[in-house]
Amino acid sequence: MAKKSIKVRAKAKGDVATVKCLISHPMETGLRKDKKTGKVIPAHFVQEVIGKHNGNTVMTAHWSGGISKNPYLSFKFAGAKKGDTLNISWTDNKGGGDSLDAKIK
Amino acid sequence: MTIKRRMFLKGSLAAGTVSVAVSAGLLTPGPVLAAWNKVAFEAKSVDDALQGAGLSGAADSGDIKIKAPDIAENGAVVPVTISAGMDGAEAIAILAAGNGVPLTSSYALGKGAEPYVSTRVKMAKTGNVVAVVKAGGKVYMSKKEVKVTIGGCGG
Repeated sequence: MAKKSIKVRAKAKGDVATVKCLISHPMETGLRKDKKTGKVIPAHFVQEVIGKHNGNTVMTAHWSGGISKNPYLSFKFAGAKKGDTLNISWTDNKGGGDSLDAKIK
Repeated sequence: MTIKRRMFLKGSLAAGTVSVAVSAGLLTPGPVLAAWNKVAFEAKSVDDALQGAGLSGAADSGDIKIKAPDIAENGAVVPVTISAGMDGAEAIAILAAGNGVPLTSSYALGKGAEPYVSTRVKMAKTGNVVAVVKAGGKVYMSKKEVKVTIGGCGG
């Protein structure tokens, strides 16, 4: 995959961190057709997104093709401090994936 | 003719997904996390999807808030935010009832995670956005109708 497919912003407010991330991905459902050739575009979507805070998994998202192109995900978790490490990783149905470390601000 | 073609498409699609999943090693469950729930994500109705995901028998609850537009101009991008008031939430699922495959996403909440999720879903047509929250062994649900002017699934 292209490098830097993930953008993450994580902000701690008090004890609770709010994470917002954007992944660049086509999210093909496998139902759409190519307008020129008439052939079905094969399904290609992110299946799993995992958010880890200091190595502990806080969020596991399982997606289908019903999530929009270039998906956005936001979640919150408690027990976060500024400077903590947050790791976001994703895998798609074709085995592609990416991961990114971010610092909580 | 049309019906046959449709069936063929569905058949080939399903087969394709299986082989891809096998090759990617996704069918072997991870150490802690459940594998991608193929049954639930291919179910064609809300009830089937919930059953597949182990979330059947949901009771309506006013504690789940769904933030979604009343009218979505573009069904390909419908922002949805789910937040739940109950303690001990373990899982959240977002479904678009009008879609061919209603289950758009499910979220397993780890330790410390708040019952809050925000994302953008595709909606084929006007229908309910259904939010299901599992908390303390019980399943709660809530829905909100979103009117879609341009569908977001298929070309």
